[in-house]
Amino acid sequence: MNSSRALNYVLAAYVVLIFAFVFAPIIFSLIFSFNSQRFPTIPLGEFSTEWYEKILADPDVWEAALNSLIVSSSTAVIATFLGFCTAYSDFRYNFRLKGPYLGLILLPPTIPLIIMALAMLAWFSKIGMSGQIYSIIIAHSVLTAPFAMAVIRLRLNQMDPDLEAAAWNLGGSEWKTMRHVIIPFCKPAIASGLFLTAAVSFDEFAVSWFVSGLNKTLPVIIMEIVQGNIDPQVNAIGTFVFLISMTLVVLAQVFFASRQLKSIRP
Amino acid sequence: MSAPLVVFDKVEKKFDDFTAVKELDFEIREGEFIAIMGPSGCGKTTTLRMLAGLEAPTSGEIRLNGQVMNDVLPHERDTPLVWQSLALFPFLTAQRNVEFGLKMRGVGKAERAERARKWLDKMGILQFADRDISTLSGGQKQRVALARSLVMEPQVLLLDEPLSALDAHLVIRMQAVLTDLQRELGITFVYVTHSQSEAFAMADRVVIMTEGEIAQIGAPKDIYRAPANQFVAEFVGRNNILSGAVEAISDDTAKITTPSGDFAVPMNEVKLAEGQRASFVISADLVHLALDKPASENAAQCKLISEEFIGSMVTLFLEDAKGHEFKVQMQERELSTFDLKSGDDVWLSWDTQSAHVLSEE
Repeated sequence: MNSSRALNYVLAAYVVLIFAFVFAPIIFSLIFSFNSQRFPTIPLGEFSTEWYEKILADPDVWEAALNSLIVSSSTAVIATFLGFCTAYSDFRYNFRLKGPYLGLILLPPTIPLIIMALAMLAWFSKIGMSGQIYSIIIAHSVLTAPFAMAVIRLRLNQMDPDLEAAAWNLGGSEWKTMRHVIIPFCKPAIASGLFLTAAVSFDEFAVSWFVSGLNKTLPVIIMEIVQGNIDPQVNAIGTFVFLISMTLVVLAQVFFASRQLKSIRP
Repeated sequence: MSAPLVVFDKVEKKFDDFTAVKELDFEIREGEFIAIMGPSGCGKTTTLRMLAGLEAPTSGEIRLNGQVMNDVLPHERDTPLVWQSLALFPFLTAQRNVEFGLKMRGVGKAERAERARKWLDKMGILQFADRDISTLSGGQKQRVALARSLVMEPQVLLLDEPLSALDAHLVIRMQAVLTDLQRELGITFVYVTHSQSEAFAMADRVVIMTEGEIAQIGAPKDIYRAPANQFVAEFVGRNNILSGAVEAISDDTAKITTPSGDFAVPMNEVKLAEGQRASFVISADLVHLALDKPASENAAQCKLISEEFIGSMVTLFLEDAKGHEFKVQMQERELSTFDLKSGDDVWLSWDTQSAHVLSEE
């Protein structure tokens, strides 16, 4: 009894340490973003919002933020649509070569980003689609669709396979059944897929950097600022980007987990 | 007699190499409660799914109201099915589940709600109309599933083992609900089950299937008293089956020699010829038990093996010297006058008219 309690404390401490390790850099970045000194040293200088004022006054940052917003929201919609279609094709149909089909669909995230980015750049240049904002959207859709597919596929696997046939049996055509049964059933997973793909796209640097041309996204702008010199503006933008990404990921989790729990409960 | 509502005309269904249904030929009359029964894998569910359009026959024709249905899509048919899994929509309330079919058919919102509530009321679950499906009990879900199909006011209702997930006491209650509904509405029910008690308790006619073929069609009483073949005789249970060669023929009886002895059988239903092989059954409740050798010409000496009580009825399992199994069914208080224990020797006998010759070997 006592030893198990002691073990619990050890485990709790271990979890706290892991979290500290993961989040310490982000917390430091957050603290230094409000520090008046130019270099990240301790002791800290005075509290200051100087760096925030600076980035908010920078039209390049605003443009990048707008680009990021357009790219991540468009990517989310396209990737989730593609993910839904592939997940449904897996649920509904059985065919030869289904294994390779699913393997191909899940492949993009396993390719090293830098290779993917180079390949995208080479291909887009060849067909004259490089350096546009839609280039980033296309590249990100390819990259993130498998995430949406995985989430939606998990949800479809929980569906009673008779449900779809029951809707046909009650007079629903295939399209009506899709609209009134399959999509409502998958709604939480679709919402989750939208937020998840938006988050991945919002954070993505390598591919954006290669194919964006003059249409820079936030991660690309951060990289440019860091390349120039050490500038605490980076901490301020980083904090923004981190908050937005975390919000998206948390929303994705909330949508997915709430329905999961509900369907597991008897 | 009116034209049949449903006709299966030489219907065959193959899945790759496996033939699920072979040359199915039967008719369902309007207003009939028909049960399709058989062991799992006998093709009964495939037959039902073909009627709903969820499987396409490989060959042959299915006609509903004289119209060939083979190429009619499932959603263009009026053949609602009550699923074994119930297949209720988990993201809709009870009432929205019942409204679903009407919505698909383009019925207006107000009428939908009114008709759905009428059927929920009829099934005695109106108070659960706005509840989530997951919060309902098994019996309540069952009623929602029935209401969802019946609200379509179909000519024929298909039921695929709808009671198999319920507790035993609920099964009996739902059986009464189903038979009452069927009589009241006059709708044709096609009920698939592996349970003999469900089929025999509810159906006007029972179709017994085995290995994709019909073994026998008839009223429950006829199937019970006069099984057509050995499969049905064994499947309906509580039958003693004996086989042998026909030894002698008199005007209305035949004598059959079996390993367990020579027995007389009536020849009013099936004509027998001398020397041919024949099987016959005697229902377990028509066999008499005695301690001393009876005068009857149909008698067999057996050892008591075991007994099984179901309420006030008891079934005795016995074996003769050749190891052939016999079953006797009687009232418990009748048995208690014998004071038997396992291993005791007793005599079984039956009237010649109690024996029923199987028409198919």
